[in-house]
Amino acid sequence: MKISLGPIYYYWSKERVYQFYKKIAKSKVDIVYLGEVICSKRREIKLRDWLEIAHQLSAAGKEVVLSTLTLLEADSELKRLNRITQVNEYLVEANDFAAIGLLSKQQKPFAIGPSVNMYNAQSLNILFNKGLKRWCFPVELSHETLTSIMEDKNSKLETEVFAFGKLPLAFSARCFTARAYNLDKDDCQYKCIEHEKGLLLSTKEDKSFLIMNGIQTLSSSTLNLINNLEQMKEIGVDIIRINPQSEHADNIIDIFRDVIDNKVSSADAQSIIDKLISQKQCNGYWFEQAGMDMVELAQSMQ
Amino acid sequence: MELVCPAGNLPALKIAVDNGADTVYIGFGDDTNARHFAGLNFNEDRAKQGVEYAHARGRKVYIAINTYPQPSGWQRWTDAIDRAARIGADAVILADIGLMAYAKNNHPELNLHLSVQGSATSYEALDFYCQNFYIKRAVLPRVLSVAQVKKVIENSPVEIEVFGFGSLCVMVEGRCILSSYATGRSPNTYGACSPASHVEYIENDIQLETRLGGVLIDSYEKHEPAGYPTLCKGRFETMGNTYYALEEPTSLNTLDILPELKKIGVKAIKIEGRQRSPAYIRTVTKTWSEALKQLDRGHYQTKSEWNRALSEISEGFQTTLGAYHRSWQ
Repeated sequence: MKISLGPIYYYWSKERVYQFYKKIAKSKVDIVYLGEVICSKRREIKLRDWLEIAHQLSAAGKEVVLSTLTLLEADSELKRLNRITQVNEYLVEANDFAAIGLLSKQQKPFAIGPSVNMYNAQSLNILFNKGLKRWCFPVELSHETLTSIMEDKNSKLETEVFAFGKLPLAFSARCFTARAYNLDKDDCQYKCIEHEKGLLLSTKEDKSFLIMNGIQTLSSSTLNLINNLEQMKEIGVDIIRINPQSEHADNIIDIFRDVIDNKVSSADAQSIIDKLISQKQCNGYWFEQAGMDMVELAQSMQ
Repeated sequence: MELVCPAGNLPALKIAVDNGADTVYIGFGDDTNARHFAGLNFNEDRAKQGVEYAHARGRKVYIAINTYPQPSGWQRWTDAIDRAARIGADAVILADIGLMAYAKNNHPELNLHLSVQGSATSYEALDFYCQNFYIKRAVLPRVLSVAQVKKVIENSPVEIEVFGFGSLCVMVEGRCILSSYATGRSPNTYGACSPASHVEYIENDIQLETRLGGVLIDSYEKHEPAGYPTLCKGRFETMGNTYYALEEPTSLNTLDILPELKKIGVKAIKIEGRQRSPAYIRTVTKTWSEALKQLDRGHYQTKSEWNRALSEISEGFQTTLGAYHRSWQ
């Protein structure tokens, strides 16, 4: 199995992003998804900068994929999407049906991200015939569903599973970060850049619950499927995806690599991760439970 | 503009037809639609009676089959499409492209509409659905401003239906799994958001707590009216403030921008609320049908009695223009 690094969901400064990918270039990651997928107002990094980072990562032997915006609203966003779909050097990850339409019209191969709803093999096979090369399993589905889909989807279609990171849970027209500052979205003052991990949302009894990241809502718990990699191999998963946080992305990648290569046991890897990650972890979706649940290894074996 | 009203059972459908709905949309009694609630919805026989009742009066019935089938349930969804075709539904409202292909191949005469759960927000997305599955109409997610809806309509290959009134999704429909994060069940997988099966109301001496999947969504002082714990409408804390961080309990109401919606070419206005009571259906249908008639006659002005009637049946007794109005975003 290969390891991919998903697109950065947060708004980081240009300098920070360049630093981040410099580290990633030295990690054991195989595939890197690049691009702004949340908010088109975030302009620290322009398409030409992303392409520059892409060249650097390619030179370091990484496969680069360009990711598109998830929620398209304005015409200017469609125009920007158009420009990305016209880049010929890299595969494009479509994150909505406008991108899928534009890429399939140009008869270009493409990948799809976790927020394109593919819940059955019939849907996947339609897109396969339109040029779909790789799909990312929706995060809210279970391993049983994945197993069934794998039996009926075209065998040439690569399967990627979101295995580590904050779960992308929702997108909105509303900017929750601007709202938290009592600002209009049109005058958001780019507050997201002050929150490199997003804004934590807790319940009234002070339990961490969600993360607001501009128009996106994420889980506050970190998805961790390190204990389920063997199962993924058996099902035939091609790639596991890790989503970047501001810290430890390169360490996490290397830990997953070692477990996949049977150099480190998943139990040992789990204890290393426990030391790195202070927030709660979750894996409930994989077991057809509430996404925020954590099914412990012993329970999952029963 | 066509008035598309909800109905959760046959009496509600008849009330909608009798009070001026051009079309009623319904669902079958299982997880094939996004209002999968106990005791709600239609079996084949009742749906057939509903279609006959509407057709006899020159009205239409659409059937929502707008959740996403997983492999284990595939046949339940294709059966629902077969059933809709068999009873003469005027359209099926779908979100999953696998089902669209199934409907197109097996029932070429059946009209396909793209559900709001399909999350299409641009004409490029609509073009994809139109080219590949010959959809006739799309329902837009409640995320676009009026100017953005206009842009979509100007370039859209299909008719556009928009939400006019009812409970407000603050998130893009079809792309929100907050509910399954807390409960394991989401609109996409199960056809319900913040399902009642996972709701708890816990009262102590000081306050009433509402929980979803064990998560504290809100708490109320004794004198405060308590709301249903829909996940995105709870009070949470961030940066030292506790407030409705995502959205207040409120309903969408677009009566004030009705002339604009007509002018930009909206084909149909959808009213949310298949889960609501026959009294709700009567009030919304009557009010909206009157407003649309007034609009057709020209000299439109929102009547305060309409807004009053709608406020009384709105969540939190307040309404908003939602994303149509840029400042809401």
